[in-house]
Amino acid sequence: MKARVFVTLKPSVFDPQGRTIAEALHSMGYAGVGDVRQGKYFELEVDAGSPEKARALASEVADRVLANPVIESYRIEIE
Amino acid sequence: MKFAVIVFPGSNCDHDAYHAAKHVLGHDAEFVWHKETSLKGAEVVILPGGFSYGDYLRTGAIAQFSPVMTAVRAFATAGGPLLGICNGFQVLCEAKLLPGALLRNKDLKFHCEHIRVRVEQTDTPFTLRATRGQVLKLPIAHGEGNYVADPATLDALESQGRVTFRYCDAEGRVTEEANPNGSLNAIAGICNEARNVVGLMPHPERACESPLGSRDGLVLFDSVVASLASSGALTA
Repeated sequence: MKARVFVTLKPSVFDPQGRTIAEALHSMGYAGVGDVRQGKYFELEVDAGSPEKARALASEVADRVLANPVIESYRIEIE
Repeated sequence: MKFAVIVFPGSNCDHDAYHAAKHVLGHDAEFVWHKETSLKGAEVVILPGGFSYGDYLRTGAIAQFSPVMTAVRAFATAGGPLLGICNGFQVLCEAKLLPGALLRNKDLKFHCEHIRVRVEQTDTPFTLRATRGQVLKLPIAHGEGNYVADPATLDALESQGRVTFRYCDAEGRVTEEANPNGSLNAIAGICNEARNVVGLMPHPERACESPLGSRDGLVLFDSVVASLASSGALTA
């Protein structure tokens, strides 16, 4: 089973990389793009009996390692 | 007095810290590889600067799980003086030994320069020989020193007097221009609630001898030596 974990900075945390990308896009004329937030994407091969267990495992790993809860939040997709 | 300098794969200021402790101050110092489980009887522990684990995932994120960190955590919990410098500060935050986190510098640039910090608190083992308001000229060398914490944590740090160092200008004024990385409240260093764990982004160990442009970093080392001498040695 595959778990996809998307980690992003919390909305309250300033993302200077996202801001710089947005400014570059605006200077290129992409007026239709508003704010940009940069994040991280992880694919985990998980050995779990059910999608629920896979999600629980991915969630534990994200809490402990993949994301820093002080600055980041995450969401998980199971496939 | 014995200093332990923890060495993670990718640490690159370990020798600077060792040199300051051993050759400048004349104390015993030992490197402790991250796979060790004992601090070899050290009375002061330093997590040095560098790029532990290549800064993979997040700065300091992987180092917090190194075997030696169990001993470091126990040392800190027992009240031992623990100093995290630059990447060491990032490791302390990831390990939750200090609150908050260090993000990419606001201007996205790696800053390698001398800056000034103001000593805000003199009741930590690493600042007791300094005077409150003293301005130190120290080098910084980091891309991710932008201190952030949620408003409640920031309030607690301020109300409990745990902001140990703040970026300032040569006259000790905290200004936006003097803040090299966008840190909230111009925070350059903090301590834990028990005040024995201190982390800072600037490099005091690289400012202990005149040829290096400043000797202002010596006060941190002198302080911890004085602190241990007065309290009776505490052994890990």
